[in-house]
Amino acid sequence: MSGRMVGARNERYRVLWRYALLIAVALVFVFPVVFMVVSSLKPDLQLLRDTGSLRAFLPVGDISLDNYVAAFKRAPIGRFVYNSVLVTSLTVMFGLFLNSLAGFAFAKLRWRGRAIVLSVVIATLIVPFETIAVPLLMMVNALPWLGPDGLTFGWLNSYRVQIVPFIADALSIFLFVQFFKDLPDEIIEAARIDGASWWQVYLRVIVPLSGPVFATAAILKFLAMYNMYLWPLMVAQGETYRPVMVGLQYFFQLNVAWGEVMAYLSLITIPVLVFYLLLQRAFIESIAASGVKG
Amino acid sequence: MQRIPVKPVPELVRQAAASGLGPGRRGEEAAGLAMAAPAVILLAAFLITPFALAFVMAFTNQRLVSPNPTAFVGTRNFSQLLTVRPFMMTPVTDPETGATLRDDTGAPVYPVLRDITRRNPDYPQFDGLRELASWQLGERRLYLLASDVVFMRALRNTMLFVLVVAPTQATLALMLALMINQRLRGVNIFRTIYFMPVVISIVVVSLLWRFIYSPGGLLNSMLTGLTFGAFTPVDWLGNPNTALGAIMAMSIWQAVGFHMVIWLSGLQTIPGVLYEAASVEGASTLQKFRHVTWPGLRNTAVLILVVITMQAFALFAQIDVMTRGGPRDATQSIVFQAVQRGFERQDIAGGSAISVVLFLLVLSVSLLQRYVTRERAR
Repeated sequence: MSGRMVGARNERYRVLWRYALLIAVALVFVFPVVFMVVSSLKPDLQLLRDTGSLRAFLPVGDISLDNYVAAFKRAPIGRFVYNSVLVTSLTVMFGLFLNSLAGFAFAKLRWRGRAIVLSVVIATLIVPFETIAVPLLMMVNALPWLGPDGLTFGWLNSYRVQIVPFIADALSIFLFVQFFKDLPDEIIEAARIDGASWWQVYLRVIVPLSGPVFATAAILKFLAMYNMYLWPLMVAQGETYRPVMVGLQYFFQLNVAWGEVMAYLSLITIPVLVFYLLLQRAFIESIAASGVKG
Repeated sequence: MQRIPVKPVPELVRQAAASGLGPGRRGEEAAGLAMAAPAVILLAAFLITPFALAFVMAFTNQRLVSPNPTAFVGTRNFSQLLTVRPFMMTPVTDPETGATLRDDTGAPVYPVLRDITRRNPDYPQFDGLRELASWQLGERRLYLLASDVVFMRALRNTMLFVLVVAPTQATLALMLALMINQRLRGVNIFRTIYFMPVVISIVVVSLLWRFIYSPGGLLNSMLTGLTFGAFTPVDWLGNPNTALGAIMAMSIWQAVGFHMVIWLSGLQTIPGVLYEAASVEGASTLQKFRHVTWPGLRNTAVLILVVITMQAFALFAQIDVMTRGGPRDATQSIVFQAVQRGFERQDIAGGSAISVVLFLLVLSVSLLQRYVTRERAR
């Protein structure tokens, strides 16, 4: 009997030890974020002094939202946020629509050239965006556009240059194809017999059944677009079209006001983190799904 | 009442479709094309075209804006990037006696390197090259001369980054996945926490860590505190010996959760029965990992290595935000150089040539990885 008790105690120590390890690792992942948010509430002098102790992670001392007020004065933050939200949401919306439509055509319709076109689309997955950024810059610099000012050339400094090139993407198409393939052909055939056009089949049969894959594609695209840095850095030079990530440059003039930097970082990060925490299952499953692309 | 055997409707439809009749497949060809076209045309325009353009531009002198017409220049851009030549330098000898000249301390006197690489008619092959590295071999000196020293550093740093980050990050991610895969209450909370940095922009992460790594920053004060003052603070990003390592550590911190999740989905495909069988046979934890877990993870392992490698080759934002290639080119990367040239100096041709080199590197590494996998599968 005592032997069993010792065993139970050992078991309890083992569980305790496991939790201790899990928590220790969690601290490693959490500390920079806690530091960011806490620091955004402190004046610069205190912020720099506190890094020497555990106070760096505690909202103590002279706590206020002054840094946020100052950050809004320094840079047109509202504008940056508006730009980011606009570019991200439009790209996600158009992307979901066109990529799912293409996915449906690849997965369920028989047309000549389908297999070859699909394999070319999949092959583009190994082209890193960084390798096409420079020639793409040259290309968009010469592209025509028919707008309110008539025919103009050059897409630099606009929303379209941040949206149009990123609507279609091979990863989304691939995810849609994989998902649609597993839907039974019978439901499509039944709808066709009822007189539905292919368009109606897509809209009324396929889309309502495909919530999970739409969520996956939307999350992956949202993260990629909101966090985009290299491209807007190249194509959005004035503040009119800049997204939040490029707007950071406003905070690195002559002497860096770290409190304001932290406030700005918190401002552009916390909404994403809240979004993530609310939908964390969907986020994590999306990444797992994207990993299957190999 | 006699029942007539009726085939199920889908069966009928399939037959009709196969014979080219019936309503089921009418207009399919046109609909398929029309539905695939928008996305495919966009991909062709904004991905395949610039990709092809990179290969064309790399052989020209194209600039973003230029008064001169574009002209083909052959492989000049590539030879300017990639030329590396060794040069053995011998001490200066007395033209009459042939004896080595020596200075007051008795050390041999060497010719000035610049005299050899600047329009020296005796050494046309070294014209315009600069010193990449040198070694003293007895009284001789071996120089490695390169046409583009900065790009060579970028190439070396990127390869080093890939070689260190890919295996380290894959291993750490597997360890995290094994920790999360335990049957413990609330373990999913930790999965959420470990994954969190993945959703934060790398730009934000880089800025935060720039502060953490600064001489008076968090890392130094934590290390000083932990060692009771024995640790001397280091300017992690300002020191050429630590800068690249610091960026590697931060990159792993940011992305490891991503690969943890991929490992986890691999772990969950291993049937629990196998572990039970191993337990019955008295296998230890380590034996279970070696003989059950690891064989079940082979495909996942390959996938993870490929994904990490591709991501690591694209190293850019961290460099741009934290060091801009410095100190003394210790953190130059291939993509950072491509952007410097193609964008900041508006040298589209030079930037494209770097892009082509990068693409060929990524391609050959992934082909190599695929080849290695195929061997294993048999």
